[in-house]
Amino acid sequence: MKKIRIKEEYCMGCRLCEVHCLVQHSKTKNIIKAYKGEYPKPISRIIVEEKGYVSFALQCRHCEDAPCLEACITGSMYQDKKTGAVLCDGKKCVGCWMCIMVCPFGVISRDVEGKKIASKCDLCMGEEIPVCVKNCPNEAIVCKGES
Amino acid sequence: MKKKMSARGGSAPAGNYVIIGNSASGIAAIGAIRECDKKGKITVISDEPYFNYSRPLISYLLGKKVKLEAMPCRGEDFYKNNRVKLILNKKATKLDLKQKTVVLSDKRKIPFDKLLISTGGMPIIPEIKGIDLGGIFTFIKLADVEKIAKYIKDNKVKEAVVIGGGLIGLKATEALTGLKIKVSVVELADRILSATFDKRSSGIIEASLEKVGCKLITNNTVSKIKRKNRKVKQLILKDKKNILTSLVIVAIGVKPNIELVKDTPIKINRGILVNNFMETTLKDIYAAGDCCEAKDSLLNMNRQIAIWPVAMKQGKIAGFNMAGVKKEYQGSFSMNSVELCGIPTVSMGETCPEGKDYQVLEYLQENKSIYKKIVLKENKIVGAIFVGEIERAGIYTGLIKDKIDVSSFKEYLLKEDFGLINLPKELRKHLVEGEVAVI
Repeated sequence: MKKIRIKEEYCMGCRLCEVHCLVQHSKTKNIIKAYKGEYPKPISRIIVEEKGYVSFALQCRHCEDAPCLEACITGSMYQDKKTGAVLCDGKKCVGCWMCIMVCPFGVISRDVEGKKIASKCDLCMGEEIPVCVKNCPNEAIVCKGES
Repeated sequence: MKKKMSARGGSAPAGNYVIIGNSASGIAAIGAIRECDKKGKITVISDEPYFNYSRPLISYLLGKKVKLEAMPCRGEDFYKNNRVKLILNKKATKLDLKQKTVVLSDKRKIPFDKLLISTGGMPIIPEIKGIDLGGIFTFIKLADVEKIAKYIKDNKVKEAVVIGGGLIGLKATEALTGLKIKVSVVELADRILSATFDKRSSGIIEASLEKVGCKLITNNTVSKIKRKNRKVKQLILKDKKNILTSLVIVAIGVKPNIELVKDTPIKINRGILVNNFMETTLKDIYAAGDCCEAKDSLLNMNRQIAIWPVAMKQGKIAGFNMAGVKKEYQGSFSMNSVELCGIPTVSMGETCPEGKDYQVLEYLQENKSIYKKIVLKENKIVGAIFVGEIERAGIYTGLIKDKIDVSSFKEYLLKEDFGLINLPKELRKHLVEGEVAVI
Protein backbone atom coordinates (compact mmCIF):
# COMPACT_ATOMS: atom_id res chain seq x y z
CA MET A 1 0.00 0.00 0.00
CA LYS A 2 0.91 3.65 -0.32
CA LYS A 3 2.41 5.37 2.69
CA ILE A 4 3.07 9.07 2.78
CA ARG A 5 6.25 10.08 4.56
CA ILE A 6 7.05 13.53 5.85
CA LYS A 7 10.55 14.97 5.67
CA GLU A 8 10.41 18.00 7.88
CA GLU A 9 13.94 19.13 7.08
CA TYR A 10 12.91 19.69 3.44
CA CYS A 11 9.67 21.56 4.13
CA MET A 12 9.86 25.25 3.26
CA GLY A 13 6.42 26.06 4.58
CA CYS A 14 5.13 27.14 1.16
CA ARG A 15 1.73 25.58 1.86
CA LEU A 16 1.28 24.54 -1.77
CA CYS A 17 0.19 21.13 -0.48
CA GLU A 18 -2.73 22.76 1.32
CA VAL A 19 -3.77 24.60 -1.84
CA HIS A 20 -3.58 21.49 -4.01
CA CYS A 21 -5.36 19.37 -1.40
CA LEU A 22 -8.22 21.85 -1.14
CA VAL A 23 -8.63 22.09 -4.90
CA GLN A 24 -8.46 18.31 -5.29
CA HIS A 25 -11.29 17.94 -2.80
CA SER A 26 -13.44 20.64 -4.35
CA LYS A 27 -16.32 20.00 -6.74
CA THR A 28 -15.00 22.14 -9.57
CA LYS A 29 -11.29 21.31 -9.19
CA ASN A 30 -10.71 24.90 -10.24
CA ILE A 31 -8.56 26.92 -7.88
CA ILE A 32 -10.45 30.22 -8.13
CA LYS A 33 -13.89 28.62 -7.88
CA ALA A 34 -12.74 26.27 -5.12
CA TYR A 35 -11.56 29.16 -2.99
CA LYS A 36 -14.28 31.66 -3.77
CA GLY A 37 -17.40 30.15 -5.19
CA GLU A 38 -18.17 26.74 -3.74
CA TYR A 39 -20.63 25.82 -1.06
CA PRO A 40 -19.89 24.01 1.13
CA LYS A 41 -16.41 25.44 1.01
CA PRO A 42 -13.87 22.68 0.47
CA ILE A 43 -11.17 22.38 3.10
CA SER A 44 -7.63 21.09 2.96
CA ARG A 45 -7.08 17.74 4.58
CA ILE A 46 -3.39 18.42 5.09
CA ILE A 47 -2.15 20.77 7.80
CA VAL A 48 1.08 22.75 7.65
CA GLU A 49 2.62 23.56 11.01
CA GLU A 50 5.22 26.26 11.29
CA LYS A 51 7.30 27.75 14.06
CA GLY A 52 10.49 29.68 13.43
CA TYR A 53 12.57 27.79 10.91
CA VAL A 54 10.81 24.51 11.42
CA SER A 55 7.81 23.54 9.34
CA PHE A 56 6.16 20.39 8.12
CA ALA A 57 2.99 19.21 6.51
CA LEU A 58 0.92 16.51 8.12
CA GLN A 59 -2.06 14.46 7.08
CA CYS A 60 -3.71 11.24 8.26
CA ARG A 61 -1.09 8.58 8.97
CA HIS A 62 -3.53 5.82 7.99
CA CYS A 63 -2.57 3.91 11.12
CA GLU A 64 -2.74 0.15 10.96
CA ASP A 65 -4.40 0.05 14.36
CA ALA A 66 -6.24 3.34 14.02
CA PRO A 67 -7.82 4.81 17.16
CA CYS A 68 -10.37 6.72 15.06
CA LEU A 69 -11.74 3.41 13.76
CA GLU A 70 -12.41 2.23 17.27
CA ALA A 71 -13.90 5.51 18.37
CA CYS A 72 -16.31 5.93 15.46
CA ILE A 73 -19.87 5.38 16.71
CA THR A 74 -21.49 5.17 13.29
CA GLY A 75 -19.11 2.86 11.46
CA SER A 76 -18.45 5.64 8.95
CA MET A 77 -14.70 5.42 9.57
CA TYR A 78 -13.41 2.33 7.84
CA GLN A 79 -10.23 0.76 6.60
CA ASP A 80 -10.11 0.00 2.90
CA LYS A 81 -9.32 -3.68 2.68
CA LYS A 82 -7.18 -3.43 -0.43
CA THR A 83 -5.12 -0.34 0.30
CA GLY A 84 -5.27 -0.14 4.09
CA ALA A 85 -6.30 3.52 3.80
CA VAL A 86 -8.44 4.83 6.65
CA LEU A 87 -11.44 6.54 5.09
CA CYS A 88 -14.56 8.32 6.28
CA ASP A 89 -17.94 7.74 4.67
CA GLY A 90 -19.44 11.21 4.78
CA LYS A 91 -22.95 9.83 4.24
CA LYS A 92 -22.84 7.88 7.50
CA CYS A 93 -20.86 10.37 9.59
CA VAL A 94 -22.95 12.38 12.07
CA GLY A 95 -20.20 14.70 13.27
CA CYS A 96 -19.85 13.39 16.83
CA TRP A 97 -16.12 14.21 16.71
CA MET A 98 -15.04 11.12 18.63
CA CYS A 99 -12.33 10.63 15.98
CA ILE A 100 -10.98 14.13 16.60
CA MET A 101 -10.85 13.35 20.31
CA VAL A 102 -8.66 10.29 19.84
CA CYS A 103 -6.39 11.09 16.88
CA PRO A 104 -2.94 11.70 18.43
CA PHE A 105 -1.79 13.51 15.28
CA GLY A 106 -4.68 15.95 15.25
CA VAL A 107 -5.24 15.45 11.54
CA ILE A 108 -9.02 15.06 11.43
CA SER A 109 -10.99 18.30 11.11
CA ARG A 110 -14.59 19.34 11.43
CA ASP A 111 -16.23 20.11 8.11
CA VAL A 112 -19.29 22.05 9.18
CA GLU A 113 -20.42 24.25 6.33
CA GLY A 114 -22.67 21.64 4.81
CA LYS A 115 -23.64 18.45 6.60
CA LYS A 116 -21.37 18.16 9.61
CA ILE A 117 -18.77 15.53 8.88
CA ALA A 118 -15.25 14.55 9.79
CA SER A 119 -12.76 15.61 7.14
CA LYS A 120 -9.52 13.75 6.60
CA CYS A 121 -6.94 12.65 4.05
CA ASP A 122 -8.24 10.02 1.64
CA LEU A 123 -4.90 9.55 -0.14
CA CYS A 124 -6.55 11.22 -3.17
CA MET A 125 -8.57 8.17 -4.11
CA GLY A 126 -8.41 7.60 -7.83
CA GLU A 127 -5.16 9.49 -8.31
CA GLU A 128 -2.01 7.52 -8.78
CA ILE A 129 -0.06 9.79 -6.45
CA PRO A 130 -1.68 12.04 -3.83
CA VAL A 131 -1.62 15.67 -4.97
CA CYS A 132 0.32 16.87 -1.93
CA VAL A 133 3.13 14.50 -2.85
CA LYS A 134 2.96 15.30 -6.54
CA ASN A 135 3.07 19.05 -6.04
CA CYS A 136 5.55 19.42 -3.20
CA PRO A 137 8.38 21.42 -4.80
CA ASN A 138 11.04 20.19 -2.41
CA GLU A 139 10.15 16.53 -1.84
CA ALA A 140 9.18 17.13 1.76
CA ILE A 141 6.16 14.89 1.26
CA VAL A 142 7.05 11.63 -0.42
CA CYS A 143 5.15 8.54 -1.28
CA LYS A 144 6.60 5.10 -0.92
CA GLY A 145 4.75 2.20 -2.32
CA GLU A 146 4.81 -1.07 -0.45
CA SER A 147 3.29 -4.25 -1.54
CA MET B 1 14.92 -20.94 6.10
CA LYS B 2 12.38 -22.49 8.34
CA LYS B 3 8.90 -21.24 7.81
CA LYS B 4 7.74 -19.33 10.82
CA MET B 5 4.39 -20.32 12.21
CA SER B 6 2.39 -17.36 13.28
CA ALA B 7 -0.56 -17.46 15.61
CA ARG B 8 -2.26 -14.98 13.35
CA GLY B 9 -3.60 -16.25 10.11
CA GLY B 10 -5.38 -19.39 11.08
CA SER B 11 -2.87 -21.65 12.77
CA ALA B 12 -4.53 -21.29 16.19
CA PRO B 13 -6.84 -24.12 17.17
CA ALA B 14 -10.40 -23.69 16.03
CA GLY B 15 -12.41 -22.78 19.09
CA ASN B 16 -16.03 -22.45 19.94
CA TYR B 17 -16.55 -18.84 20.87
CA VAL B 18 -19.72 -17.42 22.37
CA ILE B 19 -20.28 -13.70 22.78
CA ILE B 20 -23.17 -12.38 24.85
CA GLY B 21 -24.05 -8.88 23.69
CA ASN B 22 -23.94 -7.43 20.22
CA SER B 23 -22.78 -3.86 20.74
CA ALA B 24 -19.30 -2.27 20.57
CA SER B 25 -17.19 -4.82 22.45
CA GLY B 26 -19.07 -7.73 20.90
CA ILE B 27 -18.42 -6.60 17.34
CA ALA B 28 -14.81 -5.68 18.12
CA ALA B 29 -14.26 -9.15 19.55
CA ILE B 30 -15.70 -10.78 16.41
CA GLY B 31 -13.15 -8.98 14.25
CA ALA B 32 -10.24 -9.86 16.51
CA ILE B 33 -11.21 -13.54 16.85
CA ARG B 34 -11.61 -13.94 13.09
CA GLU B 35 -8.26 -12.33 12.47
CA CYS B 36 -6.59 -15.10 14.49
CA ASP B 37 -8.90 -18.06 14.07
CA LYS B 38 -10.35 -18.51 10.62
CA LYS B 39 -12.10 -21.78 11.36
CA GLY B 40 -13.57 -21.47 14.84
CA LYS B 41 -17.27 -21.13 15.48
CA ILE B 42 -18.52 -17.74 16.65
CA THR B 43 -21.98 -17.37 18.14
CA VAL B 44 -23.37 -14.03 19.24
CA ILE B 45 -26.36 -13.87 21.57
CA SER B 46 -28.41 -10.69 21.84
CA ASP B 47 -31.68 -10.02 23.63
CA GLU B 48 -32.45 -7.31 21.11
CA PRO B 49 -34.20 -8.00 17.79
CA TYR B 50 -31.89 -5.94 15.55
CA PHE B 51 -28.92 -7.51 13.81
CA ASN B 52 -26.84 -4.54 14.90
CA TYR B 53 -27.14 -0.86 15.79
CA SER B 54 -25.06 1.82 17.42
CA ARG B 55 -26.33 2.80 20.85
CA PRO B 56 -24.75 6.26 20.90
CA LEU B 57 -26.89 7.07 17.87
CA ILE B 58 -30.24 6.66 19.60
CA SER B 59 -30.55 10.36 20.38
CA TYR B 60 -29.94 11.11 16.69
CA LEU B 61 -32.72 8.65 15.80
CA LEU B 62 -35.14 10.22 18.26
CA GLY B 63 -34.29 13.68 16.94
CA LYS B 64 -34.78 12.43 13.36
CA LYS B 65 -31.20 13.27 12.44
CA VAL B 66 -30.49 9.66 11.51
CA LYS B 67 -32.87 7.21 9.88
CA LEU B 68 -33.48 3.71 11.21
CA GLU B 69 -31.63 2.24 8.21
CA ALA B 70 -28.50 4.16 9.17
CA MET B 71 -28.43 2.88 12.76
CA PRO B 72 -26.21 -0.17 12.21
CA CYS B 73 -22.49 0.51 12.63
CA ARG B 74 -21.71 -2.76 10.86
CA GLY B 75 -23.62 -4.05 7.88
CA GLU B 76 -25.27 -7.45 7.67
CA ASP B 77 -22.33 -8.58 5.54
CA PHE B 78 -20.06 -8.10 8.56
CA TYR B 79 -21.68 -11.10 10.24
CA LYS B 80 -21.77 -13.05 7.02
CA ASN B 81 -18.15 -12.39 6.14
CA ASN B 82 -17.01 -13.29 9.63
CA ARG B 83 -19.25 -16.37 9.65
CA VAL B 84 -21.03 -15.42 12.84
CA LYS B 85 -24.13 -17.21 14.00
CA LEU B 86 -26.46 -14.56 15.38
CA ILE B 87 -29.03 -15.55 17.95
CA LEU B 88 -31.28 -12.51 18.24
CA ASN B 89 -34.16 -11.68 20.54
CA LYS B 90 -33.03 -14.30 23.05
CA LYS B 91 -31.78 -13.46 26.48
CA ALA B 92 -28.92 -15.34 28.07
CA THR B 93 -30.48 -16.16 31.41
CA LYS B 94 -27.95 -18.40 33.10
CA LEU B 95 -24.36 -19.57 32.92
CA ASP B 96 -23.73 -23.24 33.53
CA LEU B 97 -20.04 -23.08 34.29
CA LYS B 98 -19.59 -26.82 34.89
CA GLN B 99 -21.05 -27.74 31.54
CA LYS B 100 -19.63 -24.60 29.93
CA THR B 101 -22.95 -23.62 28.44
CA VAL B 102 -25.04 -20.48 28.24
CA VAL B 103 -28.73 -21.07 28.91
CA LEU B 104 -31.12 -18.97 26.86
CA SER B 105 -34.58 -17.65 27.66
CA ASP B 106 -36.07 -20.42 25.51
CA LYS B 107 -34.12 -23.01 27.59
CA ARG B 108 -31.74 -23.72 24.74
CA LYS B 109 -28.18 -24.45 25.85
CA ILE B 110 -25.29 -22.97 23.90
CA PRO B 111 -21.94 -24.63 24.64
CA PHE B 112 -18.71 -22.65 24.57
CA ASP B 113 -14.94 -23.06 24.88
CA LYS B 114 -14.39 -19.36 25.38
CA LEU B 115 -17.04 -16.93 26.47
CA LEU B 116 -17.19 -13.15 26.24
CA ILE B 117 -19.65 -11.33 28.45
CA SER B 118 -20.33 -7.98 26.84
CA THR B 119 -23.76 -7.28 28.24
CA GLY B 120 -23.19 -3.53 28.47
CA GLY B 121 -24.86 -1.25 30.95
CA MET B 122 -28.34 -0.83 32.26
CA PRO B 123 -30.10 2.34 33.33
CA ILE B 124 -30.24 3.25 37.00
CA ILE B 125 -33.86 3.76 37.95
CA PRO B 126 -34.68 5.86 40.99
CA GLU B 127 -37.01 4.41 43.57
CA ILE B 128 -40.00 6.68 43.23
CA LYS B 129 -43.56 5.42 43.43
CA GLY B 130 -45.07 5.52 39.97
CA ILE B 131 -41.79 5.34 38.08
CA ASP B 132 -43.27 2.44 36.08
CA LEU B 133 -46.21 4.50 34.81
CA GLY B 134 -46.92 5.04 31.13
CA GLY B 135 -45.02 7.95 29.66
CA ILE B 136 -41.88 7.31 31.72
CA PHE B 137 -38.96 5.88 29.77
CA THR B 138 -35.28 5.12 30.08
CA PHE B 139 -32.94 6.04 27.25
CA ILE B 140 -30.20 3.61 26.34
CA LYS B 141 -31.60 1.24 23.72
CA LEU B 142 -33.13 1.53 20.30
CA ALA B 143 -36.33 0.02 21.68
CA ASP B 144 -36.55 2.96 24.10
CA VAL B 145 -36.58 5.37 21.15
CA GLU B 146 -39.27 3.39 19.37
CA LYS B 147 -41.44 3.48 22.48
CA ILE B 148 -40.80 7.18 23.11
CA ALA B 149 -41.48 8.15 19.48
CA LYS B 150 -44.75 6.22 19.49
CA TYR B 151 -45.79 7.75 22.80
CA ILE B 152 -45.03 11.26 21.54
CA LYS B 153 -47.16 10.64 18.46
CA ASP B 154 -50.06 8.92 20.21
CA ASN B 155 -50.26 11.48 23.01
CA LYS B 156 -49.30 14.58 21.03
CA VAL B 157 -46.61 15.37 23.58
CA LYS B 158 -45.70 19.04 23.73
CA GLU B 159 -43.62 19.12 26.90
CA ALA B 160 -41.29 16.69 28.62
CA VAL B 161 -39.10 16.30 31.66
CA VAL B 162 -35.65 14.74 31.54
CA ILE B 163 -34.41 13.52 34.91
CA GLY B 164 -30.63 13.78 34.92
CA GLY B 165 -28.45 16.46 33.32
CA GLY B 166 -25.61 14.20 32.28
CA LEU B 167 -24.54 13.45 28.72
CA ILE B 168 -27.33 10.97 27.98
CA GLY B 169 -29.98 13.22 29.50
CA LEU B 170 -28.80 16.21 27.54
CA LYS B 171 -28.59 14.33 24.26
CA ALA B 172 -32.20 13.26 24.88
CA THR B 173 -33.05 16.88 25.68
CA GLU B 174 -31.49 18.06 22.45
CA ALA B 175 -33.41 15.48 20.43
CA LEU B 176 -36.73 16.38 22.04
CA THR B 177 -36.09 20.10 21.60
CA GLY B 178 -35.47 19.41 17.93
CA LEU B 179 -38.94 17.84 17.80
CA LYS B 180 -40.39 21.11 19.13
CA ILE B 181 -41.02 19.63 22.56
CA LYS B 182 -40.41 21.92 25.50
CA VAL B 183 -38.03 20.23 27.90
CA SER B 184 -37.33 20.73 31.59
CA VAL B 185 -34.19 19.08 32.91
CA VAL B 186 -34.15 18.12 36.59
CA GLU B 187 -30.63 17.66 37.96
CA LEU B 188 -29.62 16.68 41.47
CA ALA B 189 -26.27 18.50 41.39
CA ASP B 190 -25.89 22.27 41.32
CA ARG B 191 -25.21 22.22 37.58
CA ILE B 192 -25.57 20.05 34.50
CA LEU B 193 -22.74 17.80 33.28
CA SER B 194 -21.23 17.84 36.77
CA ALA B 195 -19.49 14.50 36.28
CA THR B 196 -17.48 15.50 33.24
CA PHE B 197 -17.33 19.30 33.16
CA ASP B 198 -16.26 22.11 35.48
CA LYS B 199 -18.49 25.02 36.45
CA ARG B 200 -17.44 27.29 33.64
CA SER B 201 -18.00 24.76 30.86
CA SER B 202 -21.30 23.64 32.38
CA GLY B 203 -22.31 27.30 32.45
CA ILE B 204 -21.67 27.74 28.72
CA ILE B 205 -23.83 24.74 27.84
CA GLU B 206 -26.50 25.77 30.37
CA ALA B 207 -26.76 29.20 28.76
CA SER B 208 -27.13 27.79 25.28
CA LEU B 209 -29.73 25.22 26.38
CA GLU B 210 -31.75 27.99 28.01
CA LYS B 211 -31.45 30.02 24.83
CA VAL B 212 -33.25 27.29 22.88
CA GLY B 213 -36.02 27.21 25.45
CA CYS B 214 -34.96 24.49 27.89
CA LYS B 215 -35.71 24.92 31.54
CA LEU B 216 -32.91 23.78 33.82
CA ILE B 217 -33.82 22.89 37.37
CA THR B 218 -30.72 22.12 39.44
CA ASN B 219 -30.23 21.14 43.09
CA ASN B 220 -33.48 19.32 42.81
CA THR B 221 -35.03 15.93 42.26
CA VAL B 222 -38.38 14.28 41.70
CA SER B 223 -40.05 13.11 44.88
CA LYS B 224 -43.55 12.21 43.70
CA ILE B 225 -45.21 11.24 40.48
CA LYS B 226 -48.89 11.97 39.90
CA ARG B 227 -50.88 9.93 37.44
CA LYS B 228 -53.92 10.07 35.23
CA ASN B 229 -55.22 6.84 33.66
CA ARG B 230 -51.98 4.88 34.34
CA LYS B 231 -49.94 7.61 32.72
CA VAL B 232 -47.71 10.27 34.20
CA LYS B 233 -49.37 13.66 34.55
CA GLN B 234 -47.37 15.68 37.03
CA LEU B 235 -44.07 15.58 38.89
CA ILE B 236 -43.62 16.96 42.38
CA LEU B 237 -40.07 18.02 43.11
CA LYS B 238 -38.08 17.91 46.34
CA ASP B 239 -38.77 21.61 46.96
CA LYS B 240 -42.53 21.04 46.43
CA LYS B 241 -42.51 22.73 43.03
CA ASN B 242 -44.53 20.82 40.48
CA ILE B 243 -44.30 20.31 36.75
CA LEU B 244 -47.12 19.21 34.49
CA THR B 245 -45.79 16.78 31.93
CA SER B 246 -46.90 13.87 29.81
CA LEU B 247 -43.43 12.48 29.06
CA VAL B 248 -40.52 11.72 31.36
CA ILE B 249 -37.11 10.40 30.39
CA VAL B 250 -35.04 8.93 33.20
CA ALA B 251 -31.32 9.41 32.57
CA ILE B 252 -29.62 9.51 35.95
CA GLY B 253 -26.89 7.08 35.03
CA VAL B 254 -25.88 3.66 33.82
CA LYS B 255 -24.60 0.73 35.84
CA PRO B 256 -22.85 -2.42 34.61
CA ASN B 257 -25.29 -5.13 33.57
CA ILE B 258 -24.03 -8.02 35.68
CA GLU B 259 -27.28 -9.94 36.23
CA LEU B 260 -25.91 -12.98 34.45
CA VAL B 261 -22.89 -13.43 36.72
CA LYS B 262 -24.46 -12.45 40.04
CA ASP B 263 -24.85 -15.99 41.35
CA THR B 264 -21.65 -17.39 39.89
CA PRO B 265 -18.10 -17.59 41.31
CA ILE B 266 -17.04 -14.87 38.81
CA LYS B 267 -15.88 -11.98 40.94
CA ILE B 268 -17.69 -8.69 40.69
CA ASN B 269 -17.47 -5.31 42.24
CA ARG B 270 -19.81 -2.78 40.63
CA GLY B 271 -18.91 -4.45 37.36
CA ILE B 272 -17.28 -7.71 36.38
CA LEU B 273 -13.62 -7.71 37.41
CA VAL B 274 -11.13 -8.46 34.64
CA ASN B 275 -7.35 -8.63 34.41
CA ASN B 276 -5.32 -6.88 31.72
CA PHE B 277 -6.15 -9.68 29.29
CA MET B 278 -9.85 -8.96 29.83
CA GLU B 279 -10.27 -12.33 31.48
CA THR B 280 -12.57 -12.61 34.49
CA THR B 281 -11.55 -14.46 37.62
CA LEU B 282 -12.62 -17.66 35.85
CA LYS B 283 -10.50 -19.14 33.10
CA ASP B 284 -11.90 -18.96 29.55
CA ILE B 285 -14.50 -16.40 30.54
CA TYR B 286 -13.86 -12.85 29.45
CA ALA B 287 -15.70 -9.58 29.88
CA ALA B 288 -15.47 -6.28 28.03
CA GLY B 289 -17.25 -2.97 27.70
CA ASP B 290 -19.70 -1.25 30.02
CA CYS B 291 -20.34 -4.40 32.08
CA CYS B 292 -16.76 -4.74 33.31
CA GLU B 293 -14.21 -2.97 35.45
CA ALA B 294 -10.87 -2.81 33.68
CA LYS B 295 -7.74 -0.74 34.08
CA ASP B 296 -8.01 3.04 34.22
CA SER B 297 -4.51 4.11 33.25
CA LEU B 298 -4.87 7.58 34.76
CA LEU B 299 -6.30 6.57 38.12
CA ASN B 300 -4.33 3.35 38.25
CA MET B 301 -7.27 1.28 39.35
CA ASN B 302 -9.92 -0.92 37.84
CA ARG B 303 -13.23 0.75 37.13
CA GLN B 304 -16.02 1.00 34.61
CA ILE B 305 -15.42 3.48 31.79
CA ALA B 306 -18.67 3.37 29.88
CA ILE B 307 -17.73 4.88 26.54
CA TRP B 308 -17.77 3.52 23.00
CA PRO B 309 -14.02 3.68 22.16
CA VAL B 310 -13.08 1.88 25.38
CA ALA B 311 -15.67 -0.84 24.79
CA MET B 312 -14.27 -1.36 21.29
CA LYS B 313 -10.69 -1.52 22.53
CA GLN B 314 -11.55 -3.95 25.32
CA GLY B 315 -13.61 -6.15 23.03
CA LYS B 316 -10.74 -6.33 20.59
CA ILE B 317 -8.21 -7.25 23.30
CA ALA B 318 -10.62 -9.85 24.69
CA GLY B 319 -11.10 -11.32 21.21
CA PHE B 320 -7.37 -11.71 20.61
CA ASN B 321 -6.81 -13.39 23.96
CA MET B 322 -9.80 -15.67 23.49
CA ALA B 323 -8.30 -16.83 20.20
CA GLY B 324 -4.98 -17.53 21.87
CA VAL B 325 -3.04 -14.45 20.78
CA LYS B 326 -1.85 -12.79 23.94
CA LYS B 327 -2.46 -9.05 23.97
CA GLU B 328 -2.35 -6.87 27.01
CA TYR B 329 -4.81 -4.07 27.64
CA GLN B 330 -2.87 -0.89 28.37
CA GLY B 331 -5.80 0.75 30.11
CA SER B 332 -7.87 3.76 29.13
CA PHE B 333 -9.28 6.80 30.80
CA SER B 334 -12.60 8.58 30.73
CA MET B 335 -13.18 10.93 27.83
CA ASN B 336 -16.08 12.14 25.80
CA SER B 337 -16.90 14.15 22.75
CA VAL B 338 -20.39 15.57 22.62
CA GLU B 339 -21.94 18.36 20.65
CA LEU B 340 -24.78 20.16 22.38
CA CYS B 341 -26.75 23.06 20.88
CA GLY B 342 -24.23 23.16 18.08
CA ILE B 343 -21.31 23.63 20.49
CA PRO B 344 -18.70 20.89 20.17
CA THR B 345 -17.15 19.75 23.43
CA VAL B 346 -14.46 17.32 24.49
CA SER B 347 -13.64 16.47 28.06
CA MET B 348 -11.22 13.96 29.45
CA GLY B 349 -9.65 12.75 32.65
CA GLU B 350 -9.66 14.88 35.77
CA THR B 351 -11.55 18.09 34.98
CA CYS B 352 -12.28 19.47 38.46
CA PRO B 353 -9.08 18.92 40.44
CA GLU B 354 -8.93 19.67 44.13
CA GLY B 355 -5.75 20.21 46.10
CA LYS B 356 -2.29 21.64 45.71
CA ASP B 357 -0.91 18.90 43.48
CA TYR B 358 -2.60 20.31 40.40
CA GLN B 359 -1.90 23.20 38.10
CA VAL B 360 -4.71 24.54 35.93
CA LEU B 361 -4.32 26.38 32.62
CA GLU B 362 -7.38 28.13 31.22
CA TYR B 363 -8.46 30.11 28.21
CA LEU B 364 -11.86 31.75 27.91
CA GLN B 365 -13.54 33.69 25.14
CA GLU B 366 -17.00 34.10 26.53
CA ASN B 367 -18.69 35.91 23.64
CA LYS B 368 -17.81 33.01 21.34
CA SER B 369 -18.57 30.25 23.88
CA ILE B 370 -14.98 29.09 23.68
CA TYR B 371 -13.33 27.65 26.75
CA LYS B 372 -10.26 25.48 27.17
CA LYS B 373 -8.80 24.03 30.30
CA ILE B 374 -5.79 21.84 30.89
CA VAL B 375 -5.17 20.15 34.24
CA LEU B 376 -1.59 19.24 35.07
CA LYS B 377 -0.17 17.08 37.82
CA GLU B 378 3.57 16.78 38.22
CA ASN B 379 3.95 18.44 34.80
CA LYS B 380 1.82 15.85 33.06
CA ILE B 381 -1.63 16.47 31.62
CA VAL B 382 -4.23 14.55 33.60
CA GLY B 383 -7.37 16.24 32.35
CA ALA B 384 -8.74 18.67 29.80
CA ILE B 385 -11.91 20.40 28.70
CA PHE B 386 -12.53 21.94 25.29
CA VAL B 387 -15.72 23.82 24.57
CA GLY B 388 -16.48 25.56 21.28
CA GLU B 389 -13.10 24.73 19.79
CA ILE B 390 -12.02 21.11 19.79
CA GLU B 391 -9.58 21.15 16.90
CA ARG B 392 -6.64 18.81 17.47
CA ALA B 393 -7.98 17.69 20.86
CA GLY B 394 -6.54 14.25 20.17
CA ILE B 395 -3.00 15.57 20.52
CA TYR B 396 -3.77 16.24 24.19
CA THR B 397 -5.34 12.79 24.51
CA GLY B 398 -2.06 11.37 23.23
CA LEU B 399 -0.05 13.42 25.72
CA ILE B 400 -2.24 12.15 28.56
CA LYS B 401 -2.07 8.56 27.38
CA ASP B 402 1.69 8.56 26.98
CA LYS B 403 2.20 10.50 30.22
CA ILE B 404 4.41 13.07 28.50
CA ASP B 405 6.20 15.67 30.63
CA VAL B 406 4.96 18.98 29.22
CA SER B 407 7.12 21.37 31.25
CA SER B 408 9.20 22.42 28.22
CA PHE B 409 6.19 23.47 26.15
CA LYS B 410 3.56 24.26 28.77
CA GLU B 411 3.14 27.87 27.61
CA TYR B 412 2.04 26.72 24.16
CA LEU B 413 -0.61 24.24 25.31
CA LEU B 414 -3.51 26.69 25.09
CA LYS B 415 -2.30 28.66 22.09
CA GLU B 416 -4.71 28.63 19.18
CA ASP B 417 -2.10 27.15 16.85
CA PHE B 418 -0.81 24.52 19.28
CA GLY B 419 0.32 21.48 17.38
CA LEU B 420 2.91 18.78 17.12
CA ILE B 421 5.42 21.50 16.28
CA ASN B 422 5.43 22.59 19.91
CA LEU B 423 6.45 19.16 21.16
CA PRO B 424 10.08 18.37 22.02
CA LYS B 425 12.05 17.52 18.90
CA GLU B 426 12.40 13.83 19.58
CA LEU B 427 8.72 13.28 20.25
CA ARG B 428 7.75 15.45 17.29
CA LYS B 429 10.03 13.56 14.94
CA HIS B 430 8.63 10.30 16.20
CA LEU B 431 5.09 11.42 15.46
CA VAL B 432 5.70 13.27 12.21
CA GLU B 433 8.26 11.02 10.59
CA GLY B 434 7.48 7.76 12.32
CA GLU B 435 6.82 5.10 9.76
CA VAL B 436 3.50 3.82 10.98
CA ALA B 437 1.62 5.02 13.96
CA VAL B 438 0.56 2.20 16.18
CA ILE B 439 -1.53 3.40 19.03
